[in-house]
Amino acid sequence: MAVRPEPVARSASVSARALTLRGVLEREGAFSWIMLAPGVAFLLAFVAYPFFYGIWLSLQDRPVARAGVFVGLANFMTLAHDGVFWQVTKNTFVYTAVTTVLKLLGGLAMALVVNQHFRGRSLVRAFLLLPFIVPTILSVVAWMWIFDPTYSVINWTLVHSGVIDSGFSWLGNQTLAMVAIIVVNTWRGIPFYGITILAGLQTISPDLYEAAAIDGATVQQRFWHVTLPIIKPILIIVTMFSVIFTFSDFQIVYALTHGGPANATQVFVTYAFDLAMSGGQLGMGAAAALAMLPVLGVMIVLLTLYLRRD
Amino acid sequence: MIEGRGFVSRTLRLYLPLLLCMIAMLFPFYWMLVTSIKPNRELYSQKIMPLIVYQPTLKHYYDLLSETNFLLWTYNTMLVAVVTTLISLVLGAMIAYPLARMNFPGAAVVAIGVAATYLVPQPLLFIPMADIINRLELNNTLSAVMLTYPTLLIPFSAWLLMGYFKSVPRELEEAARIDGASRFQAMWRVVLPLTTPGLLSAGIFAFTLAQNEFLYALIFLSKSEVRTVPVGAITELIRGDVFYWGQLMAAAMLGSIPVAVIYSFFVDYYVAGLTAGSVKS
Repeated sequence: MAVRPEPVARSASVSARALTLRGVLEREGAFSWIMLAPGVAFLLAFVAYPFFYGIWLSLQDRPVARAGVFVGLANFMTLAHDGVFWQVTKNTFVYTAVTTVLKLLGGLAMALVVNQHFRGRSLVRAFLLLPFIVPTILSVVAWMWIFDPTYSVINWTLVHSGVIDSGFSWLGNQTLAMVAIIVVNTWRGIPFYGITILAGLQTISPDLYEAAAIDGATVQQRFWHVTLPIIKPILIIVTMFSVIFTFSDFQIVYALTHGGPANATQVFVTYAFDLAMSGGQLGMGAAAALAMLPVLGVMIVLLTLYLRRD
Repeated sequence: MIEGRGFVSRTLRLYLPLLLCMIAMLFPFYWMLVTSIKPNRELYSQKIMPLIVYQPTLKHYYDLLSETNFLLWTYNTMLVAVVTTLISLVLGAMIAYPLARMNFPGAAVVAIGVAATYLVPQPLLFIPMADIINRLELNNTLSAVMLTYPTLLIPFSAWLLMGYFKSVPRELEEAARIDGASRFQAMWRVVLPLTTPGLLSAGIFAFTLAQNEFLYALIFLSKSEVRTVPVGAITELIRGDVFYWGQLMAAAMLGSIPVAVIYSFFVDYYVAGLTAGSVKS
């Protein structure tokens, strides 16, 4: 008897609650959107709005201190007829392609080495990740000194071991400057690849290797037919991530070479920075930055779809 | 099975490659340390062996702390990193929770939007952002970077936390709801405590990313008093063609140590954050 009034009281309270704040919060849709609102509003204001505002800027002749004048696609036409722009495009592709291959191979090698059993493995892993943790600009300061024209430790080693007679001007030579930014980007990126791939390797059950070994598979065969297929999704995701962030790299190039000598290492972002911040042409700078969009857009869409595939 | 083989094979397969990895990854930090404690006559000598220090000195550190605003830069960097990490964790969790656990109209659009936002790199936004910050008259305030860093960190935290929120069994939440807990209480008292590792991962990752930020800080902060460590070091210890190498290295060391120390306490959480999304376990 004591139980019977309960459902009545409950349903009455549900309909009464519907009009109170607490009642609204009990609805799934309302609760969800109240939770989402601040974050989504923030992202709309500080990501979506700047993004579209950037497109609008790229269509204007817009010096820093004055109002802009709509010029249509004139900024893009100017860039397309500028030799420097095509040099920048080529540099960015070379920089991204070479570092990506090196980081993928280096990271895979690092992961395979660390995936063996030995004492202190987690300590080693922690140390190996340091290049990725330490603020980029600060580690690049060390690299600047490593590549110093007069006091380079690389030059000192090469000269004193008799390989060369006088040191290279690492950052002063067009080819060597590109080599330098590639080396530093690769150095900083290998741990990201390595530790992520390692996490993937550690999900592979030893039973699979034993089964393959019993079937007579060699070490190479086991790598190609067991390891690689399992870590393939990780390799794809890590590589796509890395391509997006290398293609739009700024810090390493800015600090190490400033895009020089003679634009030999100028990439899209340092070029856009120079046009907009040093040159004060916001419209032209925005257009140069947006020139990255075709590549970045495709990568972003592919990766978003790939990450949401299940 | 392979362990039984000899020391030589183990050296070739493990110790040697491991040693090479460690040297390649850590040499620049060794170089940073060694350079920062060299007196100038060792620093600027082409004759003596540069790999070791003969007469170590703390002069560069002393000069850095007494002649520049380094301590102020460190304070700014830490303040900005802590505030942006907190903002990003709170707003990120508020986005992740409904996306992971609720059915509501618009969920798919928001989820795709958040993933895409995470992947839009800053360099695509910095020029319009510079104009916006200018119009808001926030130049040379730490608010400028506190508002702009979370653009990257919120989507990241949201994405990472979604995985953790999804992993909490629905039954636990339902049990709390049957006992009379509101949706908010179920989240606060049941789901959030169970996802502390996720919050730590997102937090430590966001913190290191905030320490690493350079582009916005370089553009928005042009007065010495409001600069962060990376911007201060690169703009004030390099004047024209003159590089204050000793102080630069001292700044790089002192700027790296706090991040490295905090990271060392949370390595596992950091790695979990790093590999989230690419490794499904």
